[in-house]
Amino acid sequence: MLLTDSDLQSIWLTIRLATIVTLILLMTGTPIAWWLARSRSRWKGPIGAVVALPLVLPPSVLGFYLLLAMGPRGPVGHLTRVLGIEPLPFTFWGLVLASVFYSLPFMVQPLQNAFESIGDRFLEVAATLRASPLDAFFTVALPLARSGFLTASVLTFSHTVGEFGVVLMIGGNIPGVSRVASVQIYDHVEAMEYGEAHRMAAVMLIFSFMVLLALYANRPNARKV
Amino acid sequence: MAQFHMEWPGFTLDLDLNMPARGVTAIFGHSGSGKTTLLRCIAGLERAPQGFLRFKGEAWQDERTFLPVHKRPLGYVFQEASLFPHLSVLGNLRYGLSRSKAASSGRLDQAVELLGIGHLLERKPDRLSGGERQRVGIARALAVSPRLLLMDEPLAALDMKRKHEILPYLERLHRTMDLPILYVTHSPDEVVRLADHLVVMEDGRVLAHGTLAETLPYIDLPLTMAEERQISEVLKRVAGNKSQAAKWLGIDYTTLLRRLKGMEGKGGGLEVIRQQLG
Repeated sequence: MLLTDSDLQSIWLTIRLATIVTLILLMTGTPIAWWLARSRSRWKGPIGAVVALPLVLPPSVLGFYLLLAMGPRGPVGHLTRVLGIEPLPFTFWGLVLASVFYSLPFMVQPLQNAFESIGDRFLEVAATLRASPLDAFFTVALPLARSGFLTASVLTFSHTVGEFGVVLMIGGNIPGVSRVASVQIYDHVEAMEYGEAHRMAAVMLIFSFMVLLALYANRPNARKV
Repeated sequence: MAQFHMEWPGFTLDLDLNMPARGVTAIFGHSGSGKTTLLRCIAGLERAPQGFLRFKGEAWQDERTFLPVHKRPLGYVFQEASLFPHLSVLGNLRYGLSRSKAASSGRLDQAVELLGIGHLLERKPDRLSGGERQRVGIARALAVSPRLLLMDEPLAALDMKRKHEILPYLERLHRTMDLPILYVTHSPDEVVRLADHLVVMEDGRVLAHGTLAETLPYIDLPLTMAEERQISEVLKRVAGNKSQAAKWLGIDYTTLLRRLKGMEGKGGGLEVIRQQLG
């Protein structure tokens, strides 16, 4: 066997994390992207900037603030105590919440571009054909933004797979709970287990390449309307 | 019967349209005259800050109400056909049909037959020519059984050949449908061929409105070509009665005779006129 049990466990954990984060962001990022693409509000600029923050912020900075927020004195920590659930730091769900923030721009920005490129005309046509705005969103905007959804989901998933700094700040390094693949590689290197580190790194490299290949190979088809 | 009063910063539009139950009312004007804006406000695609709009006794817009587009019983044909690219022709036609309470599949069949698109139903929009696309666009608007059809320069995006391919369908539509049509255009040619009533607009104001005979003089025709065609079309419609044609054209009888003489010897359209005059 090339990979150890704990390697496989960390890979499985990573896939679970990335899948859940992608699903959550599909549901929360879509309305945000729609609003950013269609709104003429003066809040559009500030909100867009907040969404883009994780692109430029060091993951440790984001992780630090999230840790404070989830801690016993933070607003999220307060909420979890009132609701009677265990504190989020160093748990899987804490990791999920942090990753949702960290990967937000990777979902929102491709979707926003896709929605913007549809333009107003098709939605106006839908309205003159008796479709309410919500109806038109589901029957016209969503199908026309299909390639944008594919891009956004793939980017969000793979970006979540690749995160490291935020995971260390929020989740620590607990096997089966928060030890994701990138952290596992770090551990191997720390322990001078270069052979194991090599194998894990190769798995990550091949995965990332395959994802990007699938994405770029899909591009020209997606363009054709 | 439709009444409009619209105010924007900059210009005001006041219009009482006593539209007949059927027939085409053309809204004519040069670009920037406000004719497309007027049509979009009637549809509810744009909202005039101060607006009053009543259609057959029903308030579409006043101080308190603004009926959203999808609740107005109208059909709209855009300048570009704007067919949904993810649906087939039939999917496009059915989109409005399934959402409109007034619509019946009988109306869809009628629209398909009227516009001659029966052989295109399974195709995707990108497999259609420009003219076919616009015919589907018109059928799609008719399929919702609108009580008012709005058409925004439906031929302007097409070349001459396609235009003449579609005009006969529009004339058929005009003849067979019990439906008032508002038709925005900047082409005198289309006005003469299709309109019963005419609203002439300039700089957001209504210059004139009434029957074609009363309002045609307000349309200035820069090209002799267009003028000739207008004369021949009018002659066709009045079955060669020259004094009536002169009245329609807003010129006196001798001027018409002079122009007809001027058109002689140029061939082309002349043959048609000779036949008309016998």
